[in-house]
Amino acid sequence: MAGSNPNAKPMNLTLKVWRQQNRTTQGNIVDYQVKDISPDMSFLEMLDVLNEDLLRRGEEPVAFDHDCREGICGSCNLFINGRAHGPEQGTTTCQLHMRKFSDGDTITIEPWRATAFPVNKDLSVDRSAFDRIIQAGGYISINTGGTPDANEIPIPKDISDRAFEAATCIGCGACVASCKNASAMLFVSAKVSQLALLPQGHVERKTRVENMVAQMDLEGFGACTNIGSCAAECPVGISLENIAILNQEFLAAKATSNNLV
Amino acid sequence: MSWISKTFSSSIGRKIIMAVTGLFLCSFLVVHLVGNLQLFKGDNGVAFNAYSEFMGHNPIIRTLEIVLVLGFGFHIYEGLALAIKNRAARGSQGYVSNHIEQNSSWHSRSMAMLGSIVLFFLIVHLYNFFGSLRFTDVPRDANGNEDAYSLVLEAFRNPLYVALYVVAQFALLYHLLHGFSSAFQTLGLVHRKYTPAIKFLGYGFSIVVCAAFAAMPIYFYFFQ
Repeated sequence: MAGSNPNAKPMNLTLKVWRQQNRTTQGNIVDYQVKDISPDMSFLEMLDVLNEDLLRRGEEPVAFDHDCREGICGSCNLFINGRAHGPEQGTTTCQLHMRKFSDGDTITIEPWRATAFPVNKDLSVDRSAFDRIIQAGGYISINTGGTPDANEIPIPKDISDRAFEAATCIGCGACVASCKNASAMLFVSAKVSQLALLPQGHVERKTRVENMVAQMDLEGFGACTNIGSCAAECPVGISLENIAILNQEFLAAKATSNNLV
Repeated sequence: MSWISKTFSSSIGRKIIMAVTGLFLCSFLVVHLVGNLQLFKGDNGVAFNAYSEFMGHNPIIRTLEIVLVLGFGFHIYEGLALAIKNRAARGSQGYVSNHIEQNSSWHSRSMAMLGSIVLFFLIVHLYNFFGSLRFTDVPRDANGNEDAYSLVLEAFRNPLYVALYVVAQFALLYHLLHGFSSAFQTLGLVHRKYTPAIKFLGYGFSIVVCAAFAAMPIYFYFFQ
């Protein structure tokens, strides 16, 4: 295998995995043994090995969310050994590699926990609450037509950099999962500040923040208490400063928007 | 005016209420502390009693007292209500394994518990001094002022009160260590230029205020 470490010894691990049949049933932790896991495998490849074992034994495989496996889509979402996306900083579950664990380790794997994120099955979680928040205002409306020239709208470099930093949010939900209040404010703040910083976002600036915050509350997310767990666990490093910007935007919008109801 | 009620019933609006009332209560702590420092004057309470008489009867102070009660009321009500709401948002099924201590500080996660200790202290504290001065006839000192100083002497002979007052100041200390800078974050007053100064000021404020308040029961119990 290209790039693999020839000295890496395969590992045997004990997995404690949350199994749950569907939304309405109670779940529980089930122990599994996985053998000969290469340290070069990603965490999700290790779960693929487990699922192949389960299929061979005629048992139902463990359901978990994943898509690109490149750390950019935000689909994977596992709470590993008490941390969102596992012990490594700035990493999604799919980019966490088994070399971060040792032979003989016991690994606890749970789904995101929040009232607004119901468990579909096993480790797969319904995060459509995030989609509804985006639908409430996380967009800009533009007329289609001829292609505008590049750099037609001048944007200072430091502003575009900050907007891009906020735009790196992949919507994985690690912020909600790790927050003791299951607050979605880091996610919402990333979207709000990204669009508030750029001129294209200014047209809908006030209604956006009002509607997105209203939808966030409606979905049953908690309120931020500035403990900072979200930013510490965020795989792309969205900072708490965005939440301060969200608060500013919200207050300014409430004070000056024409929305009287 | 439904936009106003909507603003202050939203999660961010309620946090803004917490932040504004919290900072207002910090300003109260300064006034309360500066006045109480007269306890250390060593004049058998002459200055303290005069100050206490003024605070109890001046019409402007009595009006501000209503604002203070409202500040406490909103901060306590919203604090407890948000704690309950946030617990509900977390859901009934918690994590089997959760190492939240690796990504946040203990005191920042314990604001409701620390605040509840301070609330219990506040009730006892009001009973000890405010209740007696406002609702009972307190003997007067040589200058004709109500002898609040004797109430302090009397209360702090009781080791249970001394212990409660000191423990409550520790709770307040940790509450403020997070609360002070957290309030600025909630109000959106964050900038890489001045946020480090706010954090530093918050730590200094919390330590100085709580240490000075804790010194009062200790001083009276051991040295008076």
